[in-house]
Amino acid sequence: MPIEAAVRITPNVVDDVRNALAFHFMLNALRAGTVVAIVAAVVGWFMVLRRDTFAGHTLAVVGFPGAAGAIWIGMSAIAGYFAFCIAAALVIGGVQPATRRGFDSESAAIGTLQAFALACGFLFASLYGGLVNGFSALLFGSFLGVTDAQVITLLVVAVLLLAVFACIARPLLFASIDPDVASARGVPVRLLSFVFLISLGVAVAAASQITGSLLVFALLVVPAATAQTITARPVAGLCLAVVVALLVTWLGLGIGFYSSYPLGFWITTIAFAAYALAHAGRAIVRAVR
Amino acid sequence: MNALLATAPGTGLTEILSHPFMRHAFVAGTAIALASGVVGYFVVLRSQVFSGDALSHAAFTGALGALALGVDLRLGLFVVTIAVALGMGVLGPRGRADDVVIGTVFTWVLGLGVLFQTLFTSGSRSAGNGAASVNVLFGSILGLSASEARLAAIVGLGACAVILLVARPLLFASIDEAVAAARGVPVRALGIGFLVLVGVAAAEASQAVGALLLVGLVAAPAGAAQRLTNRPWRGLALAAALAVTAVWIGLVVTYLDGSVPPSFAIMAVATLEYVGAWGWSAIP
Repeated sequence: MPIEAAVRITPNVVDDVRNALAFHFMLNALRAGTVVAIVAAVVGWFMVLRRDTFAGHTLAVVGFPGAAGAIWIGMSAIAGYFAFCIAAALVIGGVQPATRRGFDSESAAIGTLQAFALACGFLFASLYGGLVNGFSALLFGSFLGVTDAQVITLLVVAVLLLAVFACIARPLLFASIDPDVASARGVPVRLLSFVFLISLGVAVAAASQITGSLLVFALLVVPAATAQTITARPVAGLCLAVVVALLVTWLGLGIGFYSSYPLGFWITTIAFAAYALAHAGRAIVRAVR
Repeated sequence: MNALLATAPGTGLTEILSHPFMRHAFVAGTAIALASGVVGYFVVLRSQVFSGDALSHAAFTGALGALALGVDLRLGLFVVTIAVALGMGVLGPRGRADDVVIGTVFTWVLGLGVLFQTLFTSGSRSAGNGAASVNVLFGSILGLSASEARLAAIVGLGACAVILLVARPLLFASIDEAVAAARGVPVRALGIGFLVLVGVAAAEASQAVGALLLVGLVAAPAGAAQRLTNRPWRGLALAAALAVTAVWIGLVVTYLDGSVPPSFAIMAVATLEYVGAWGWSAIP
């Protein structure tokens, strides 16, 4: 995203950072990216633990038809993101059997929901006038145009979500690791599942406005998967996921500022590199022992 | 058009098929539907819908990579989906990739797709390239040429034939992996081979319904079939029939109402089939 010919990368990293931060849109991108990274890492860690990865991906892409539909009827895209993601979370929660033994029918339902939602998004966008550029921004994100209002919205949603997770983290952990024993001990497993999925939907709706529906999933799954490759301990894993997500986002934004390649490419590539490194490191450690 | 159809149903069908683009769409769509239904039955049975989803997204990267490099679209589609299928099959134990590995790998593959899209749309012939990438994502079944329809038919029917050839051991390996392995069934090879087949089906189907939507054509008819019957061969036939029905009805709806995108119409019918089967099986 080179803005001016005058902005060049220099050997001095401090100068490079200062040059980038001179632009307000970059400041907003960093603020939004930081909030998105933290929320995605925390929610993503539980998503990976609970093997809800496919559900997470579906909730991520469902934001696209929500935004497209809202734009079509003349409303704010934000309303569409939240409405569709929360509705999809309720549907997924509804089709998940309490015992989670019928997983094959569950994944077929999730796949069908995802494809139908995307088809609706295509319909809405076509009726709207086939805005090609709009497609790209909704699906792949746009850090260039983050407004102050969006940053504030993100911050409010993030604080609420983290507060919810602070309250339910312990029982959610119990219910995620051993749902049968947790249920026998009086933990409301099914209710927790719904609360988690709705939280996941809200997190995705907020983040999609920045990262785009298709790429928000990268921040949800990869930092968490990387952390869980390195450690199985909950607190350490959560912190590590946040650190990885922040590094991926900041590095991606920084490199993306000076590069002509799209930001989504940098973020996913750096995230994947972190994951591959973690796996390689673990393999080496195991070989040495 | 509606009046004409109501007056003479036979004439209506003849009218639809009198257009070359509709004939191409029906030929390609039918073969793609058969393959999606048959492959989809095992995808759902093996709980590999997410793998199918990842491969359909890989089709997006393959297509845009080909467009950016200036090579034939279909070459990119097949190379990337087969490569990703092999990668997922090899990485996972017994040819089944873990969901987290799937998610991690395919987000990067998708990121590469974004890169290729940028290179493609900012190329020297940038006019209209944005529309081309939308077609990759959401399908362009009404824009198929005769040779493309023919290739789709060959690939689709070929995929069906291969699945039917290995259906019995694949069924065994899918239902009880450990016993199948103990009995000498090459479970891992079957798993990897099956994923490659899913990749091939994904590459071909993405031209009709698009990279983003084809998981629905794979999952919905097959999911519906498994809701309606426990018998494998009956379920297989039912999945194929439901997929073909979705494509045919979708194409007719699109013909009658030009403002409805064909991929939406096809997915709407497939979803209705799934919801209907769900409701039907829920009745005690």
